[in-house]
Amino acid sequence: MEIETHTHDVIVIGAGGAGLRAAIEASARGASVGLVCKSLLGKAHTVMAEGGVAAALANVDTKDDWKTHFHDTMHGGKLLNNWRMAQLHAQEAPDRVKELEHWGALFDRTKDGKIMQRAFGGHTWKRLAHVGDRTGLEMIRTLQDKGIHSGIDVYMECTITHLLKDGERISGAFGYWRESGRFVLFKTKAIVLATGGVGKSYKVTSNSWEYTGDGQALAYEAGAELIDMEFVQFHPTGMVWPPSVRGILVTEAVRGEGGILTNRNGERFMEKYDPERMELSTRDVVARSIYTEVMEGRGSPHGGAFLNIAHRGADYVKKKLPSMYHQFMEFALIDITKEPMEVFPTTHYIMGGVRVDADTTGTTVPGLFAAGEVAGGMHGANRLGGNSLSDLLVFGMRAGMGAAQYANEIKDNALKIDDKDLELGTEEMLRPFESEEGENPYTIHQALQETMGKFVGVFRIKEKLQEGLDELQVLKERASDLKIEGSRMYNPGWHLCKDLKSMLIVSEAIARCALQREESRGAHSRVDFPKYNDEVWGKVNSVISVDGSGEMRLGTSPLPQMPEELRKIVEGGYK
Amino acid sequence: MATAKMRVYRGDSSGGGEVEYDVPVEEGMVVLDAIHFIQANYDGDLAVRWNCKAAKCGSCSAEINGMPKLTCKTRMDSLPLDKPVTVYPIKAFPIIKDLVTDVSWNYKVRKTIPPFKPAKDTKWIMYQEDVERSQEFRKCIECCLCQNVCHILRNHDKKDAFAGPRMLIKIAELEMHPLDTDDRQAFLRTDAGLGYCNITKCCTEVCPEHIHITDNAIIPLKERVADTYFDPLQWLLKKFSGSSKQ
Ligand SMILES: Cc1cc2nc3c(=O)[nH]c(=O)nc-3n(C[C@H](O)[C@H](O)[C@H](O)COP(=O)(O)OP(=O)(O)OC[C@H]3O[C@@H](n4cnc5c(N)ncnc54)[C@H](O)[C@@H]3O)c2cc1C
Ligand code: SF4
Ligand code: SF4
Ligand code: FES
Repeated sequence: MEIETHTHDVIVIGAGGAGLRAAIEASARGASVGLVCKSLLGKAHTVMAEGGVAAALANVDTKDDWKTHFHDTMHGGKLLNNWRMAQLHAQEAPDRVKELEHWGALFDRTKDGKIMQRAFGGHTWKRLAHVGDRTGLEMIRTLQDKGIHSGIDVYMECTITHLLKDGERISGAFGYWRESGRFVLFKTKAIVLATGGVGKSYKVTSNSWEYTGDGQALAYEAGAELIDMEFVQFHPTGMVWPPSVRGILVTEAVRGEGGILTNRNGERFMEKYDPERMELSTRDVVARSIYTEVMEGRGSPHGGAFLNIAHRGADYVKKKLPSMYHQFMEFALIDITKEPMEVFPTTHYIMGGVRVDADTTGTTVPGLFAAGEVAGGMHGANRLGGNSLSDLLVFGMRAGMGAAQYANEIKDNALKIDDKDLELGTEEMLRPFESEEGENPYTIHQALQETMGKFVGVFRIKEKLQEGLDELQVLKERASDLKIEGSRMYNPGWHLCKDLKSMLIVSEAIARCALQREESRGAHSRVDFPKYNDEVWGKVNSVISVDGSGEMRLGTSPLPQMPEELRKIVEGGYK
Repeated sequence: MATAKMRVYRGDSSGGGEVEYDVPVEEGMVVLDAIHFIQANYDGDLAVRWNCKAAKCGSCSAEINGMPKLTCKTRMDSLPLDKPVTVYPIKAFPIIKDLVTDVSWNYKVRKTIPPFKPAKDTKWIMYQEDVERSQEFRKCIECCLCQNVCHILRNHDKKDAFAGPRMLIKIAELEMHPLDTDDRQAFLRTDAGLGYCNITKCCTEVCPEHIHITDNAIIPLKERVADTYFDPLQWLLKKFSGSSKQ
């Protein structure tokens, strides 16, 4: 087949924090690297991160160390985390953050001229390095600046739709240019998935259009395993009003800087749910608390909780939370230095994802690596704020290293691309243009979002999950025949057709895992099983993979055994 | 519910024109919501760039009623809805399709700017008051609105000679970084074409991040270059006294 072709040692899919860091590393290790992303460079989701990056630098609270960070992360994840990932993450995050500074990042400073750190939920000490409330922007610009001078070839506004294999091994990636709609082939020895999350399967979300679970679906279809997909983080504080901004994030830094949550009766309700940690309890707890207050009739006028920061004074708020100040001023006409915000949980992050080896980020498919939000394991059942940005750096770097090493070992690249795969890919992609009676992809997308919100939301129960799964089957059928107007040139409706397929795979994985896990743990709350079940479910990861006949296979696998010295750290009331 | 008439430019490099759509207006709705409504209900292939829908990524720039703005930040109730609302692609860059333009030139120029070059053996101690100047410029979300309104690029199309305000603040940010040691003076005068800017301040007016592009970046850069030009010795002394950037 005639097709535009590019050849590299390593293809990184995704140019957020994880992808950029991986590309920089792989390139530094001598690999020829192509970096592919759906949006323009510098616009990935990472740009939106606000509160900070967690690393035990001990600049503010000098008692902090990697062990405490490890301890906090494991407890935040309700011990379902991959211990080795949590360990590497805690140990390496400080170096990765300092490295950003060496590449030009300008974090806020302490009085003695070091990187400033702030408090966040579930972190024992002040641990989040930050720049006001635009930390993600600082991070992505720094990596972008470093990346463009690292000899990487960037292919932007290019979407990967299929991974290609030669036997068991990865040999390429197939996709299209958004601008022209023309197809493109990347021949490669190794692929790093760094495609981020899945939030667009839900209506109320802090996530952008890119979060359609492409990476999870690509990995799944290539035969890799997904773990712990039931753990979807509902961030406690999304905007509620006006409707057009519903779901947009209100950073946890508001609470980190002293924000207080109250209900319509003026009660500081966190006293009831977590009197010790109050507003800075972990996200799963705060989200459930707000949800419960509203469901029991104590919500704010637009069905949320009040979050107040005005008592910190106008100057402080504008200095420390400038984007929140503008966000409310411009979108909600509310001055947060004077009035409280209204907030309600919003779909934010997925803890589950592609199963990887902690040290190399290798998946179960040779040549396929994964890092960042698309990978699972690091955060267990619940992620602590700030632990994602550090995860991107630590495992982005390791993915670049792992992929480059793997690629460098393949001396003469004899890996083949099967023409048939290209034909099948092309045919699948072009089908919506040929359909006569197919449905509108936007309609199906809306129906999917309704379904996930209604049946697979903050609180879950067997009957609803079953109903949700039935709905998903119906949607899958409907989505098998989609119809789209216009040409292949920059056609968002056409792009959505393939994105929908990924979302449906990921949504089914989430719902199935949620139905299987008969307990409540972290972000997964079962009304019919409200307690932890450590004996059974505390010992296993949920596992999804594709079986021989193309059906989704669901199961569990035992948690990796934690070494004794780490167990002591976890069990000690570490401070 | 009130209805707005949206006149959206539809077309590509071969030409095009306005298409009118009726869009119901909800409380708090922004122009990008209206565009999304059109995609979902009328024309699924209407092309637009966006990511964050929270004024953080700088993807969604367009000209709304002739004014260059972020569509995700422009509330419908801030526009006179008794008249049709026009939405056009930004004008300074070649159109790809509908509201999407080819901004690749910006990426090319960006790559030519000499990168951060830290002092050797630094202990990485920096004080808040010293980083604040560069921090202001690092708020830039690369929305290209300033590039779009600058008459040197928009009307005179001097893209071969002038890098534009976004790139000038990028250079200013590096030059004012407390630990940077590189010298971008020659680059500023020749490659970046600093001299073309005649301080009309149009760029500053449209910046959604409220960066003082002219006052805090361009004018100080011009002063620096002028100093060097007229008094190179003075500048050399400053550069090697170790506190040139403080
Ligand atoms: C509003 C908000 C605030 C947040 N604040 C914080 C915070 O303060 N601290 C913290 O630690 N975490 C925070 N998070 C979470 C964190 O930002 C994300 O988890 C993280 O940025 C994900 O990074 P990533 O590198 O995995 O993916 P992303 O940055 O999302 O990048 C994904 C990349 O993959 C590309 N891509 C996807 N699919 C394809 C495809 N099919 N083909 C080609 N390219 C593709 C995209 O174009 C993009 O370049 C926040 C999240 C949100 C939404
Ligand atoms: S001040 Fe200079 S850079 Fe800004 S718009 Fe005017 S001429 Fe262009
Ligand atoms: S300086 Fe302002 S207007 Fe220019 S690109 Fe940056 S954010 Fe946009
Ligand atoms: S969509 Fe990100 S700035 Fe408008």
